[in-house]
Amino acid sequence: MFEKTKTLTKSLFAFHVGASACNNCDIEILDCLTPKYDLERFGVVLVGSIRHADILLVTGVVNKKIIPKLKKIYEQAPRPCFVVAIGGCSCSGITFRDSYNFAGPLDKIIPVDAYIPGCPPKPEAIIAGLAKLINSVKS
Amino acid sequence: MLKILFNYFIFPGFIFLSILGMFVSWVDRKVTARVQWRLGPPILQPFYDLRKLLLKETIIPKQGNTLLFVLSPVLSLLSVILVSNILVLTYLYPQRSFMGDMIVVIYLLLIPALTTIIGASASFNPLSSLGASREIKLILSYELPFILALLVPIIRSHSILLGDIIRFQQSSGSFASSLSGMLAFAVALLCMHAKIGLVPFDLAEAETELAGGVSIEYSGPLLAFWKLSKMMMLIVAPVFLIVAFLAGGGITGFIIKFLLITVAFILIKNTNPRVRIDQAMRFFWGPVAILGFVSVLLALMGF
Repeated sequence: MFEKTKTLTKSLFAFHVGASACNNCDIEILDCLTPKYDLERFGVVLVGSIRHADILLVTGVVNKKIIPKLKKIYEQAPRPCFVVAIGGCSCSGITFRDSYNFAGPLDKIIPVDAYIPGCPPKPEAIIAGLAKLINSVKS
Repeated sequence: MLKILFNYFIFPGFIFLSILGMFVSWVDRKVTARVQWRLGPPILQPFYDLRKLLLKETIIPKQGNTLLFVLSPVLSLLSVILVSNILVLTYLYPQRSFMGDMIVVIYLLLIPALTTIIGASASFNPLSSLGASREIKLILSYELPFILALLVPIIRSHSILLGDIIRFQQSSGSFASSLSGMLAFAVALLCMHAKIGLVPFDLAEAETELAGGVSIEYSGPLLAFWKLSKMMMLIVAPVFLIVAFLAGGGITGFIIKFLLITVAFILIKNTNPRVRIDQAMRFFWGPVAILGFVSVLLALMGF
């Protein structure tokens, strides 16, 4: 298991899970793939199918309706895989934390490996977060 | 026997082909990145991807056909290795070719697409069956002009043996230097582009609307086999075009032609948006097929 997760660090296929986000974090994730930031340098590629994914980038407020879908998507991913909570909403819930529909931050539903707070986080912050995740897995 | 195994698994076969295929796929990604003003992945990136996929979990759909689902990527890989074996060995030793090897090669080049359809249908996913239906239509559209284009070398060299075709070109110049050969080469290049499934014709695994399409349910080692056979097709396609249309010249000529055809593939890929399936069919049955007919007529008239 340990060796397997190490091989992930060189090539991460990212799957984008939008848990009812306001779209800002989604745009910032796409920004990371643009020529200026170019996440493909580190082997990060956006994939369309959850079966190919190594890392789930979850954005948005986790509400009651999205819980079963999130759990289903997490179960469908082939192991080993990482989960990254992107944006303040999925990390803590920020301004929506007292809402009647709020179902707790993401780590209440599925295990989370890295948190990238910000509203929305800058592409630099996302890259730094992924680099920290990669380094912590390596050591 | 030992020599056949050596050929199949080591020299023009599995190991040689996978190393070269990984390199060419890196060149593809790097050039694409440079065209888009990005830095691009490191040189070992395809190797890292495959190593990771080989160690990952394989998920097999409960409702699909397990046997076909597992078998189709393996069959695709094996047939691509066999094609490269025939092509490279025939190029090195033209006198050793066997009767009808051209037909065998045409059929073997079709097997990756057929296994794609079988695997996609066996994975019990609506999106992958959509991809499979697109792949069927794509095969129907590019096979006719492809075979028309391959008639030109057969007509001009009066032989269906690959070895004779190569020897004819080595003695009296490659076919692509004549008018009919040039047209046929252009047709075959476009058809090969669709056969590999590069961007204007990657309808079967459309990332954006089919989310992976034919390979949507594949994960772990099986996905690695698909990717590896795709990478190997990037080698086999230029080699086949060289054997059929551009043979002649030494080893340096071979390498230069190989690089030029690869660059042509990458540039076509990077400068064209994806077509719809009806546009692809109209393109191949319309202008490309007409061009193929014209080149066959020209070859019969001796141009």
